[in-house]
Amino acid sequence: MKRVAIVTLCVLAILVGCRRDMTSNSGQVVLRIDADSVATSLAINQQLATEFERKTGAHIEIIKGPASASERLSQYLQYLGAKSPDIDIYQIDVIWPGMLAEHFIDLKPYFTPQELAAYFPSLLDNNTVAGRLVALPWFADAGMLYYRKDLLVAYGYQQPPARWDELGAMAERIQKAERAAGKRDIWGFVFQGRAYEGLTCDALEWQASSGGGRIIEQDGRISVNNPPTIRAFSRARGWIGTICPPGVTTYEEEEARHLFQEGNAVFMRNWPYAYSLANASDSPVRGKIDVTLLPTGGAGHMACLGGWQLSVSRYSPHQREAVEFVRFLASEYAEKLRAVKMSLLPSRMGLYEDKEVAAAIPFLASMKKTFLEAVPRPSNAAGEKYNEVSTRYFQAIHRVLTGSRSAEDAMRELDQTLREVMAR
Amino acid sequence: MISARSRPMSDLERREERTAWMLLIPALLVILLIGVVPLVQTFATSLSDAFMASARPARFVGLRNYAHLVRDREFWVALRNTLVFTFGTVSIESILGLAIALFLNADFRGRGLVRAAVLIPWALPTAVSARIWSYMLVDTYGVVNDLLVTRMHLFPHKVPWMAEPGLAMFSMMVIDIWKTTPFVALIVLAGLQLIPRQLYEAASVDGASRMRQFLSITLPLLRPSILVALIFRTLDALRVFDVIWVVTRGELETESLATYNFRHMIDFRNLGYGSAVSVLIFLVIAVFVSMYVTALRRRGTS
Repeated sequence: MKRVAIVTLCVLAILVGCRRDMTSNSGQVVLRIDADSVATSLAINQQLATEFERKTGAHIEIIKGPASASERLSQYLQYLGAKSPDIDIYQIDVIWPGMLAEHFIDLKPYFTPQELAAYFPSLLDNNTVAGRLVALPWFADAGMLYYRKDLLVAYGYQQPPARWDELGAMAERIQKAERAAGKRDIWGFVFQGRAYEGLTCDALEWQASSGGGRIIEQDGRISVNNPPTIRAFSRARGWIGTICPPGVTTYEEEEARHLFQEGNAVFMRNWPYAYSLANASDSPVRGKIDVTLLPTGGAGHMACLGGWQLSVSRYSPHQREAVEFVRFLASEYAEKLRAVKMSLLPSRMGLYEDKEVAAAIPFLASMKKTFLEAVPRPSNAAGEKYNEVSTRYFQAIHRVLTGSRSAEDAMRELDQTLREVMAR
Repeated sequence: MISARSRPMSDLERREERTAWMLLIPALLVILLIGVVPLVQTFATSLSDAFMASARPARFVGLRNYAHLVRDREFWVALRNTLVFTFGTVSIESILGLAIALFLNADFRGRGLVRAAVLIPWALPTAVSARIWSYMLVDTYGVVNDLLVTRMHLFPHKVPWMAEPGLAMFSMMVIDIWKTTPFVALIVLAGLQLIPRQLYEAASVDGASRMRQFLSITLPLLRPSILVALIFRTLDALRVFDVIWVVTRGELETESLATYNFRHMIDFRNLGYGSAVSVLIFLVIAVFVSMYVTALRRRGTS
């Protein structure tokens, strides 16, 4: 009998211990935010959280989410699918508003039109689903063209290429000459060619800049099976093995950056983060690189829009307080701090004229123009099916790049597949 | 299981049987809860059009998901790839594992250290070792090409190990064999050490050659261990995910059943369709399990 009593007591103790304590003793509002938690991010976010706590008396807990975007999405889907009140604020990727809109509150009632006008219209547009602003832009990202200015000057080019055809020609000439001179490992151009979301970004840039549309237009029209798009992808296929290493179809952002940073690529397409790394003191190409807008294919310099936004959960018990913290995080003060300390491009247009931010991010001026014209991926048009649309898109492009399908066949198949997916 | 009886059970026997059932019931309940209930739930979900993390209610759609499944070319490619991968890796692993186990069974200096070192590939998490391999296999700056092409001149150009369909499958199989051969070696080694030395001594006295001894003594007595290793490895290989996801993401026609399942269930959030795929994977594995169980049982009664 004594043994039974002991076992029962232990079980009860475990059960009681597992019960979550949601409210602290003083009835203080506790806000939990699931955000960027890579080393420096965490420190800066903690600093901002502490300042907010001092001002308002609320308590902020920063939940460390996974580093990989797709894993972060899986985690969010679990919380949101269970309608969990545990997380109040979510840091979401630029392509998730369409997918997760039903789980977030509309932020428009909490901000005046003047307050919202401070942010890039393209980002606000991206975050508005069916008339509801489901996320506030936090920091921005867009594809850029990196190039070796020392090599361009050495071969007589005063300007980086303005068109994709020019880039192809310049890359081929410089690569051939450099290899003849002994640099046998150098390649002309490197980008993200692996079959993942990154390829959707790169391919959309080729497609949109050639006038081929944006995969799915705002009105739901599918635009992939058209001559400009087919031309753009055929051109890209021509690069593989000539100016791009055959393995480029397995590269993500980091692999491309490694090759460029070692000095073995003349041009690279990548996000802004690579700039400070390529110019770091231990980089072989320090001081030899520069960035510019991506080339055009005849229809404008198109960069794929990236970046992260802040949303407030519909299941949060403290929506009003959560919005205040979001307002603080995306304020001029907080964004400037993050820009200066971590080179994160602000989502507020005003900060692009700021001298201190420009000192921290030398290419700031070209970024503002880029963001104003950036092409977003069709996450809103595709809604909850965006992942499937993007997967079918990058699978089709990958087949073209690896040569297992011609561009015409791949686009025809893709058109049919996307129609099926969207009709479901 | 209950043999035919010529007379009714005595009180003692009845009590023993009842005790046996009482001891088994907790274990059976756990298996029911962890194994059977989720299985039934998955099957139920596979008959609906459920969508992950969505407020949209799931509707009953009967066997429509299964109809889509059998008509989806990608599913059959995934099935083919999984079977090719399984047969390829398991057969090579078994032979290599056996060879390594025989080597480790011999007496030599530093044997303990070598045995420990051999286990390292198995100890590393697959996702980690697959990532390390994928860095080594990068065509332009990877270590493998640096060694084989730049230094040893075995190939004229740097080989795109992960970028070509056939090569990618080959690379992934090599990574998997590298990781799991130690496991087979370990199990076979345990079986080898159970074989009494006297058998070999007696055979030598009778004049049997080493090869004869290997074929007539070692192999037959090793069969149970090899079979156990085969069962583990086959079931693992049928569920291969990590190495494929890390190296090719399932592109270049290298999709496996598990990556196909993940893509539809988690990436596309088609819970209903994904559940149908899960049920089908369960059936494929069940076929292999029943084959092995039959093989084991035959051994048991012989």
